[in-house]
Amino acid sequence: MSDILDMTAVELAAAIRAGKTTAVEATEAVLARIEEKDKELNCYVTVCREKALAQAEAVQAKIEAGELTGALAGVPVAIKDNMCTEGLLTTCSSKILGNFVPTFSAEAVLNLEKAGAVIIGKTNMDEFAMGSTTETSAFGETKNPWNTEHVPGGSSGGSAAAVAAEECFYALGSDTGGSIRQPASFCGVVGMKPTYGTVSRYGLIAYGSSLDQIGPLAKDVTDCATILEVIASHDEKDSTSVAREDTDFTKALVDDVKGMKIGIPKDYFGEGLDEEVKNAVLQAAKMLEEKGAMVEEFDLSLVDYAIPTYYTIAAAEASSNLERFDGIKYGYRTPDYEGLHNMYKKSRSEGFGEEVKRRIMLGSFVLSSGYYDAYYLKALKVKALIKKAFDDAFAKYDMILGPAAPTTAPKLGESLTDPIQMYLGDIYTIAVNLAGLPGISLPCGRDSKGLPIGLQLIGDCFQEKKLIQAAYTYEKGRGVFPSAVKKA
Amino acid sequence: MAKQYETVIGLEVHVELATKTKIFCGCSTAFGGAPNTHTCPVCTGMPGSLPVLNKQVLEYAIAVGLATDCEITRYGKFDRKNYFYPDNPQNYQISQLYLPICRNGGVEIETEEGGKKIVGIHEIHMEEDAGKLVHDEWEDCSLVDYNRSGVPLIEIVSEPDMRSAEEVIAYLEKLRLIIQYLGASDCKLQEGSMRADVNLSVREVGAEEFGTRTEMKNLNSFKAIARAIEGERERQIDLIEEGKAVVQETRRWDDTKGESYAMRSKEDAQDYRYFPDPDLVPIIVSDEMLDEIRAKQPEFRTEKMARYKEEYDIPDYDIDIITGAKHMADLFEATVAICNQPKKVSNWLMGETMRLMKEKEVDVEDLRFSPENLAKLITLVDSKAINSSVAKEVFEVMFEEDIDPEKYVEEKGLKTVNDEGALRKTIEEVIAGNPQSVDDYHNGKEKAIGFLVGQTMKAMKGKADPGMVNQILKELL
Repeated sequence: MSDILDMTAVELAAAIRAGKTTAVEATEAVLARIEEKDKELNCYVTVCREKALAQAEAVQAKIEAGELTGALAGVPVAIKDNMCTEGLLTTCSSKILGNFVPTFSAEAVLNLEKAGAVIIGKTNMDEFAMGSTTETSAFGETKNPWNTEHVPGGSSGGSAAAVAAEECFYALGSDTGGSIRQPASFCGVVGMKPTYGTVSRYGLIAYGSSLDQIGPLAKDVTDCATILEVIASHDEKDSTSVAREDTDFTKALVDDVKGMKIGIPKDYFGEGLDEEVKNAVLQAAKMLEEKGAMVEEFDLSLVDYAIPTYYTIAAAEASSNLERFDGIKYGYRTPDYEGLHNMYKKSRSEGFGEEVKRRIMLGSFVLSSGYYDAYYLKALKVKALIKKAFDDAFAKYDMILGPAAPTTAPKLGESLTDPIQMYLGDIYTIAVNLAGLPGISLPCGRDSKGLPIGLQLIGDCFQEKKLIQAAYTYEKGRGVFPSAVKKA
Repeated sequence: MAKQYETVIGLEVHVELATKTKIFCGCSTAFGGAPNTHTCPVCTGMPGSLPVLNKQVLEYAIAVGLATDCEITRYGKFDRKNYFYPDNPQNYQISQLYLPICRNGGVEIETEEGGKKIVGIHEIHMEEDAGKLVHDEWEDCSLVDYNRSGVPLIEIVSEPDMRSAEEVIAYLEKLRLIIQYLGASDCKLQEGSMRADVNLSVREVGAEEFGTRTEMKNLNSFKAIARAIEGERERQIDLIEEGKAVVQETRRWDDTKGESYAMRSKEDAQDYRYFPDPDLVPIIVSDEMLDEIRAKQPEFRTEKMARYKEEYDIPDYDIDIITGAKHMADLFEATVAICNQPKKVSNWLMGETMRLMKEKEVDVEDLRFSPENLAKLITLVDSKAINSSVAKEVFEVMFEEDIDPEKYVEEKGLKTVNDEGALRKTIEEVIAGNPQSVDDYHNGKEKAIGFLVGQTMKAMKGKADPGMVNQILKELL
């Protein structure tokens, strides 16, 4: 059984197609691993055992009938709990949606199901994706499979940890300011945030609508490209969805970076960056250079402005997006109240956690009359300038290389005591969302504590293929990264 | 001498657009329907749902803007208006604040003095309607019906250019007619597909500064609007005369009591925290789109009046009435197209139709008879198959249920009796039975013949040609 769990998603699908194993066996193996590990790790909010087994049987039958031939058919997947799944609890790791069962599935989830995915369950996250550690979940923190005293990162911490702990073969996450790339970095897996508009947001419970993108968390770059190819689609139900013709991402799985121009922003290697992380990332850059890429340092500028800009825009949008959770139509309603106003106030006060309330207040403030121009409008202007800085960079370089996070995974409980410090941890990922760019994070070493370090590659809009090609090339050079389970 | 006051009025008019589906989802906009049957995840604010703009809404809004001389915003946006209320499923309404689709327009109205004046339009913006709260007094709870949620509206905001209730009504009638001609809405005040809020202030005649204004809501008819304006003007003048200040506030008009009461003051005004909706892309109006909408603009009233004068040879008075409602003009043109009798069609519309509409309190939009059947009726009279009084009876039935007059006349045996022998026999009987009238006639009382005609018609159950009866009577007498 453990042999199955060691496989990548693409390897497993090939084995199933070849009749060496079945979707049912793979599902049972994953469920057994969850049984064994998840009490400790808490990657999942919901595991849908019966449903998954039934879906695995149905998918297996279709594979055998030749109706499902895709590269992911029969492979068990975990879905972050902010993506709607029809008939399956979807909580955003919040008490306020603790009983919410959607009537429809997110477009990305439907795309996976069409391709023969078996949904194992819904993964834990920071409440409404607000947080960098998965500690703000109303259902307990997720632990890092590499070292359970450490956080898995966030907000897609459950998804990243589940992939690392082999509690699924791959997972979907969402990334508003680094929520895929940072946990991927902390958990030693590959995570990718595509260009804004590449994956439909329909059915993704919004945090910061103009920044949110769904993306894969996977065991390697091949899986990552394969998953992205399946979930990317033009969806008329999402006005911000882009019709792209270049979503054949697996075509970019080529071991070659000759002639590629890679820029390393000096601003990403200054104060606050852990020495071990810095060395591992520069080592990775060196390897790409040895493989034929042109690597040089440059000044990106405006890096310091990304965090305040992000927290203004994301909080503003979130304060409005989360208004619908009011105890009227679905979700948590306070048991005792007097009148409508009191019901709203108590339901929301009791239903939301501290970090969510902090951001709702922040967002309401920056949008309020008299402050709108000074904060929200100014943030939009800075956002445009940040995009311009990236445009200038991509006029010279095919991609930007840097760390995904300034440190490896912090210890549980260290981050929430100082939210500002936690916010600063997003410094390398956040600007990518503000500019709508694609970014990929992949493991490039481990620190002295044995915790994984993530390398981040950032591309221009719609240039995922370049990132995939460079990441794939790096991965080939690096060799197999040890699994969190074996820690070899 | 008492001070003279001037009333300054601006209107906010909400118009429900006649699209088949809602503004941001594919749900039906049909009126009625069991609660929450015209709903989906989008218009009930389910987590994860996203809005997509119905292009028809944009086209209607632009068409109204073009017809009211507005500048069309070529790069626009939708904004979220945030406020909590259960009929508002997302707790924000998608509307337009910063870049409304139309700006700086105006419509021309006729003033009481017979002159003309332009009422400026500040802006027209698109937005979604809210659901409806149903209060269950027995159960002490409230229910929400989201069928209305997401029905498209445009809000037309005028400049404070009106000075009397008459001007307000003239402006509203003009707007309504334009929108009806465009087919963008039926604009029924009673049913709420057109709603007007009145912003009113008073100032001394000659003053430059505006007075403090109030906003009046819940005005369901032109009469209510006129009464509310009069009432509010008086209330504000009284306050000023007493040396008190007018408070900027929203008031609700109670038309049965003929008075208003304060709903909320400016101090209670919520901060709606408007910001551009990130779920919707900017609205870009291309030259092509604008040209297309311009090309599709219908013939408006002034052009129609000129054409009627040219084509139909009917009196100006008739033209004025018929073109006063789009539906009436459509009925007229369609009927004339079939029977080619403009004056007769006009007579039916101006006469019996208007009379019955008044008597039965039917709105012009709710007229049921078809042009085909009205044309048939006119042909029946022309061919003398029925006489005019029978025709009126038949029309009354048509007015109620749009029956086919040919079939109806046949079935009910209402055709005029053209058998001269039978008619002659009846008239002979009438003459024999009414010697007094016969004497009166011979003694020079011309009117007596009318009585005899009436008696004959009665005996014939109305199915005789009055002209023929007259002729035979005179001959026999």
